[in-house]
Formats: sequence, C-alpha cells, structure tokens
Amino acid sequence: MKYLDEFRDPVIAKKILDEIHAVTTQPWVIMEICGGQTHSIIRNGIDQVLPKEIELVHGPGCPVCVTPLEIIDRAIEIAGRPDVIFTSFGDMLRVPGSHKDLFMVRSEGGDVRTVFSPLESLKIARENPDKEVVFFAVGFETTAPGNAMAVAQAAKEGLTNFSELVSHVLVPPAMEALLSSPLNRVQGYLAAGHVCTVMGWDEYDPIAKKYKVPIVITGFEPMDVLDGILHTVKQLEAGTHIVENRYARIVEQGGNQPAQALIKDVYEIANRKWRGIGEIPVSGFKIRSKYAAFDAELKFSVGDIQTEEPEACISGVILQGLNKPHDCPAFGKECTPQNPLGATMVSSEGACAAYYKYQRIMND
Amino acid sequence: MDFPESLSCPVPILSHDTVQLAHGAGGKLSNEMIDKIFLPRFMNSTLEKMEDQAVLNNPGGRIAFSTDTFVVDPIFFPGGDIGDLAINGTVNDIAMSGAEPKYLSVGFILEEGLPFETLHRIVLSMEKAAKIAGVQIVTGDTKVVNRGSCDKLFINTSGFGFVPDEVNISASRLRPGDKIILSGTVADHGMAVMTTREGLSFQSTVESDTAALNHLVRDMLAVSTNIHAMRDPTRGGLATSLNEFAMSSNVGIQLIDGTVPVHENVRGACEILGIDPLYVANEGKLVAIVPAEIADDMLTAMKQNPEGKEAAIIGEVTDTHPGIVALRTGLGANRIVDMPVGEQLPRIC
Repeated sequence: MKYLDEFRDPVIAKKILDEIHAVTTQPWVIMEICGGQTHSIIRNGIDQVLPKEIELVHGPGCPVCVTPLEIIDRAIEIAGRPDVIFTSFGDMLRVPGSHKDLFMVRSEGGDVRTVFSPLESLKIARENPDKEVVFFAVGFETTAPGNAMAVAQAAKEGLTNFSELVSHVLVPPAMEALLSSPLNRVQGYLAAGHVCTVMGWDEYDPIAKKYKVPIVITGFEPMDVLDGILHTVKQLEAGTHIVENRYARIVEQGGNQPAQALIKDVYEIANRKWRGIGEIPVSGFKIRSKYAAFDAELKFSVGDIQTEEPEACISGVILQGLNKPHDCPAFGKECTPQNPLGATMVSSEGACAAYYKYQRIMND
Repeated sequence: MDFPESLSCPVPILSHDTVQLAHGAGGKLSNEMIDKIFLPRFMNSTLEKMEDQAVLNNPGGRIAFSTDTFVVDPIFFPGGDIGDLAINGTVNDIAMSGAEPKYLSVGFILEEGLPFETLHRIVLSMEKAAKIAGVQIVTGDTKVVNRGSCDKLFINTSGFGFVPDEVNISASRLRPGDKIILSGTVADHGMAVMTTREGLSFQSTVESDTAALNHLVRDMLAVSTNIHAMRDPTRGGLATSLNEFAMSSNVGIQLIDGTVPVHENVRGACEILGIDPLYVANEGKLVAIVPAEIADDMLTAMKQNPEGKEAAIIGEVTDTHPGIVALRTGLGANRIVDMPVGEQLPRIC
C-alpha cells in the first residue's frame, strides 16, 4: 500500500537499527509521546531490538487514557438520560467509569452510538430534532479541528439539540509538566507526528531550549519510529537539543493554519485534569462562552460530578514514564482488558493494553 | 447492487406485499407463502412430501452435525446477503470436520411488515448458494413476530454430513512441526459489513468473501486425509481460531509477518479504522494444520480450487510457548497475537 509499505520495509528498518546501535555509547531514556507510537513500538517489537542502553518510556499521548474519571462519569450520567442520543468514537465506550462504562449504559437502554466523525453526530441531530444529541469530544490537538468544526457548523445551522462534552488536552503543557517534575527521567522526546501536523512545531522550540532536551517529530510506522529514535540518540550523544522534523512528509513548521483558526474560534485554553496525573495548568480546551449553548457540561449541569481514581491503578506513573506496566502489581491479575482498573488497559493506544496484548508472556 | 436473478425470477404474486402476522399462523396465508416463496426455490424429493420432518437414509458411519443462527445487519452487503451467508456458514462448519455436507434445515424468523420482495431476494440467494454447495434443504420452519421484535429477518440453519472413516480432524491434534495453511485473504467479510453498516465508502468496494468451502475441503482430502485440524475463522477472525488451536493442543503457533494475505482495499479500510485484519470475520476462508511433509502438495491442490487460489503457508506449530500464538515481526522481534476481548472498536486517532 502506497505511503505505508515503504515505511514498513524490514530491510531499511534494519539499516536504521544498525545505525542506532553504531551511534549509541551510553544509556538514554527517550519518551514517545503518542499512544499510536507506543503501539507501533510494541507491535513491531522495536523495544526488543534496540541497544540495551536505550530505554523507551511511554508517554501520556493516549486521549482515552488521560480523560479523567469524572468526565467518564459525566458522560455516563448524560448518556443514561431518556431524551439523549450519546455519540462517541468507539474506543471511549469501554473505558470504565466509577461504576460502569458506556456499553453498560447502552445495554440498560441508553441510546449510545459509535460515530467515526463528529459531523456524523450533527447528522443524527438534524434527523432527531426531538432528541438531545451529545458528542463526546475527547482527544489532543489532532481531533480538535473536527470537533471544533462540528460546533461551528451546528451554530451556523442553528441546531439547538447538539452539544459536546469536551475533554480536550494539549501536548506541550504535558511535556513541560513531566520535564519539570523532580522525578523526571526523560532525556529526549519523540514528538507526536499528527499533533504537529495540526499545530506545527513553534511551541516546541522553547521547551527544547529551556529543558535541554532534543525533540524529534516522529511518525508512526516502524521506520518512522526507528528514524525518530536514531535522530534523538544522535542529538543526545552530541549534546544538542533542537527540534527536528523527521515526519516531513506530513508536518510543516506552521502546521495547518485553517484548522488552528477553527480551534481558536470555538475553544479557549483552560486548566485540565489528566487521569492519573492531576490538574495541569493551561493544558486543554473548553468551549468559548460564545458557543456556551453547545457545551453539554452546562446544558446537562453535570459539572459538579467529581470522582477519585481507584488506588490500585498506577496508570498515572506509567503515563509519566516513571514505571512500566509490568511494574504494576495489578497488571494481568486484577487488571486485564476484560476487567480494566484504569484506562491505560482499555484503549488500543494505552501502554498497559499494548503490553498485555503483545508482550504479556514473552516478558514474564 | 446488481441482482440479475431477480430479473429472471420475479417476485411471485401474493395476496400481500409484506409479511403479515397471519403468515406465521399456520393457515391459508402461511401455505401461500410456503408454496410461492419457499417451495419453488428449495424443492427436492424430501421437502416435496411436506411432512413435519425429513426422513433420510443413513449410510452408516459418523455424522457431523452443526447449527448456526444469522442476524447480520445489514441483510444485504457487497458480495452477499444474509441468505447465502446462512447456507455457507453451516455448510462450512460441517465441512471443517472433513464431512461432505448433505442436508440442511432452515428456520426463518420474520418481522411483520418485511416486504416479500426482500424475502424473495434472500430465498433466491439461498437457492443459489445451496446449489453451488450441493446441499439440499430438506425441512424448514417460519415464524412471524410483531414489528420491532426482530430486525427484518433472522435465519437459523442446521445441517449434517457424513465423515469419511479415515478422517480425524480436531483442534487437539496439532503437533510441533505442522504447517499452517490459510486458504486466502482475511478480513473481507467483516470489513464489508462494517463499511456498509457505517456508511463508509472507499475508492473500491470491500466485498464479503462468503462462499462454501466443502469442495475445497474435498480437494484437500484427495491429497491426504491426514489433515490435523481445520476451522473457518469467522467471528474473532484468524487470530481467534489459531488461539483456540494452540490452547486445545497445548502447543505454540509461530506466524511469519507479511505472509497472511489481505486485499489492498481491505488493508486500507483496516488502517483507517485502526482495526487488525487478523481479528476480523471471514465467511469463505479456512485455516488448516497439516504435517510438514504434505504441506506443499496440499498448498498446490488448494491453489487450483477457486476458493483457495490465494492460499499460503503462514506459519508453523512449535513446542515453545505452548498455548500462545506469536508473530515474528519484520525486525526479528516476537509479539503475541492474543485472543480478542470484545468487539474491535475504531480508535480515536
């Protein structure tokens, strides 16, 4: 398949791998930001073939994983109402709230539907004027333009029965929060290629300078990931710390300007809670007051639902790169994809799910 | 969609355009539906007698007996419909034992208001599928339920066939060194249904692979009756069947990356939706475990059958990692191909 197969070629991948082995002289800790990269690493076994000096730690870039429990509980509360059609991307449906997940709401009679785009939710809203249609707007900068467009379009059409439950988070503040933690071990970042496709990389220069970490914008195929690692190691070995774009077939410095304008029109920067990490200042989006009529949190008055995380789950430390899924005593025992304690075990991009799915026994 | 059969075989003229509750009540309307819709299409000397049961000759030996119920939504999808799926599904379940499927029963649950035009199209498709598979529908039943009590129509088929004496196919017969042969591309059916259901369109249509596999099995048994295990990987996909094999026989299965054939358009759809083709349903594929010494001859014979033309050896049985299916990646690393937990969900980004 064009644009995919050439980035999965094992012969070229091995060449890059050999180069990584050749340039590595000492231990380095590198974090891949995005859950898509984590899955590619584990699925292809990249972590198994790297030099033993290189440790990959898995970052917080999994939208499902970092959506706080209380937002899931708010979604469950809204979705259970008889006048509501609750729409969501598929992988949010299995994330456990305090007592149940959205699948269970559906089996109890709630109208919960999977959509592939927020614009599908708009269509459902148009076709069901007597119902309130809510879209679960989660994700990073990558999904923000589409989600913003749905609100802008609903406003333009005068749709009064559409709203979004927003839990949008941003990558750069999370990177800074991790680097400024006294426990930080991360020495270099593989930045999330698709986040940069939307936002460009101007935000990353100050972080690289301030914390003296190389940041390499990296794609998702095995060769992309290996190439990102190679260039991060090269910088670490040379003592440099600049932003490098190794996903140039998609990412431009300024990003996607019309998409950014759309985001800015609909959302404003807000403090956000991250599941397992806690509140990070200015780390997410909320709906601007001019679009308040489309804010499901206000419309359904669920803002006061607050929830604590289960104690057994250490997904917070895993998302900060301080521990690996195997280090958790509940991993594969009390916590499995069938019975997840935390979202990192649920999402297809979650670090725990990736370890469970691909490497559970190999590493025992 | 193109349905040339409906042109040559128009909908019979009935007293109603749609199915009424009375069509399931056993009276005149029931008889009209049976006489005009079902009998002309499924006719054979056993069914013709219209008894409450089919009385069949027993040639002796072992019987393979199977049942399956079909509730697919949508009922029409590219490459097939609920009708041919219902025939092929049970035919294949029987054939995976090495038996030659002979006789089927068909039970319909119809929703009140279902257009007879729809039912007729499905019955035509069942007739055609049964003919291709060489099986007879020898007994049947129809129920009509209130609108909303089922979704358009559900079909149950049961059936049986006779297992040749020398054949012993079982998920518990895998031995280290055996080769794993797949009869063709995976994920066609599941992605055809998913893309139709969700209204996703791609440059080229993804088509279901629904097909009867009994003739392919016959050709395989002609090469050797010593097939150790065989399944048609339907729900849960190839990964699920292989995990079931590994656990039943307590052996390891080692797959080689890049050997499992997937159509380009199906791969594209899977990539976009974030779905692994190894976990997607097939309705016209089989995976067979055979001793290494007959694997090449088996593969050659399979490739000569239309249902096996893209057959490939995709891995082997090992005595390492018992109960686990592993895949060697292009980088030389090993990863687990686990059982799926639930339905596969398209991911956020």
